[in-house]
Amino acid sequence: MRPDRFAGPAAVAAKGRVAAVRWLASRRSAQAAFLALFASGPLVGIWITKGTLASSMTLGVLPLTDPLLLLQSLAALHVPERSALIGASIVLAAYAVVGGRMFCSWVCPVNLLTDLAHWLRLRAGFKNALRLNRQLRYWLLAATIAMSAATGSVVWEAVNPVTMLHRGLLFGTLAAAGLAAVVVGAVFLFDLAVAERGWCSHLCPVGAFYGLIGRFRLLKVAAPRRADCDHCQDCFQVCPEPHVIVPALKAPAGGDAAIRSIDCTNCGRCIDVCPQSVFAFSLGGKP
Amino acid sequence: MSDARGSSAARRAFLRDAAQGMCGLGLMGLGLAALAPAGHGEAGTAIRPPGALAGDRFFAACARCGLCVRDCPYDTLRLAERADDAPVGTPMFVARDVPCEMCEDIPCVRACPTGALDKSLTDIVDAKMGVAVLVGRETCLNVLGLRCDVCYRVCPLIDKAITLDAQHNVRTGKHAQLIPTVHADACTGCGKCEKSCVLEEAAIKVLPIHLAEGALGEHYRLGWEEKKRNRDAPLVPGLTELPKRGIDAVPGGPKP
Repeated sequence: MRPDRFAGPAAVAAKGRVAAVRWLASRRSAQAAFLALFASGPLVGIWITKGTLASSMTLGVLPLTDPLLLLQSLAALHVPERSALIGASIVLAAYAVVGGRMFCSWVCPVNLLTDLAHWLRLRAGFKNALRLNRQLRYWLLAATIAMSAATGSVVWEAVNPVTMLHRGLLFGTLAAAGLAAVVVGAVFLFDLAVAERGWCSHLCPVGAFYGLIGRFRLLKVAAPRRADCDHCQDCFQVCPEPHVIVPALKAPAGGDAAIRSIDCTNCGRCIDVCPQSVFAFSLGGKP
Repeated sequence: MSDARGSSAARRAFLRDAAQGMCGLGLMGLGLAALAPAGHGEAGTAIRPPGALAGDRFFAACARCGLCVRDCPYDTLRLAERADDAPVGTPMFVARDVPCEMCEDIPCVRACPTGALDKSLTDIVDAKMGVAVLVGRETCLNVLGLRCDVCYRVCPLIDKAITLDAQHNVRTGKHAQLIPTVHADACTGCGKCEKSCVLEEAAIKVLPIHLAEGALGEHYRLGWEEKKRNRDAPLVPGLTELPKRGIDAVPGGPKP
């Protein structure tokens, strides 16, 4: 359904051009910076972070490992070495504080593609051809762990678009139309023409897992000035997980107005587009 | 009454949703199972880095992160692509392109965060990446009776992993053939021989161990080794000693 008006202009009019893209610009910069950490080595020979998002080593001292990968490995009855265990613990601890799905919106390279697909489908006026249940990703996560145990292998890495895209970019196999190009192209077209926000908000088990990690996160988006809301719906239009906003907006005055759903990606786009500045990042609880 | 009907309807709805969910989960599981590498056939025939866990165990551990590839100083290792006979993203090398130089500090194994490359491999000479096999016995120059010897000369474990075994050249009747002979117990599978073979297509190739070495049936016992393990005592006590006949009965004949 083509929106009557796009979110954004109202916020630009109310707050100015800079304030209306503040978090979006920060987020794109972060995505670019994380990619640059990995890409500087293969591109110009300055090695900062080696490896991929599956497992990496920064400056020879900081190991990081995807905890979902580690979990699959454990399910397949392999006990990984200390480096991977430490690396996964660091990732777990960090995302437990800032919210696991910050990985999705601030780090994951697939987000760039699916955001682009969403931007395009909105402007093209494409209909949502497939209505998916948002719980599917948790089922897929369960299936991933179960099948890792059943087959004795890390199954999701055979198709994971996140690490495939990352690997494809860093090892040059994307340009060679390797499997990465096929999988990532499929995700892009799926989001563009089939299901709105289909991959990241409905199917991706990596996002589902990181959401669970961030269950008790400290960093949240809250709606401290919800009394000023004029129901323009701009936040709902830009939010990749719109169902998370309602409880915060409807919180009683003085009550807890933080977004608590594990699906919130802390992308901050709602903060940007709200002409009344209803939303803000908050540490801990209430505002 | 209406409460009871309501709760039974709710129960039915719950069971229906649960059944539907389980079917969906089953569908996803089947999809994933189809993608999982399992069994030697699907594990592929690619040559793995040194210290790689055997067979399918490798896929329980490998993160496909490429850290081993990054730390390989000779750019031997690369990540498998769709055209390769290995699951996409797993590390491998093609000996004919770039063989393993057998670094003493084994940087690829040190880089592996998960243990897919086993750190108990501390001496590269103990590596078992594969086994070289002289597959082209019709084309190998040495087998044809010429002196090429290149595979033998380049072998990092010369005279241990490859020896030249002399045999009579029946074709000429008066020369020797020096047959390159691989000794699987010493060969690391580095592929220097395959890389250096002077033929258009290498006559000596590194194969994965499960293809190269064959496997005895589980029930097979080698009598002479069982006897040695039993300190040369009879394996079956009280077994009737059969009378010696023929040449065995001649004093000074073949010893048992």
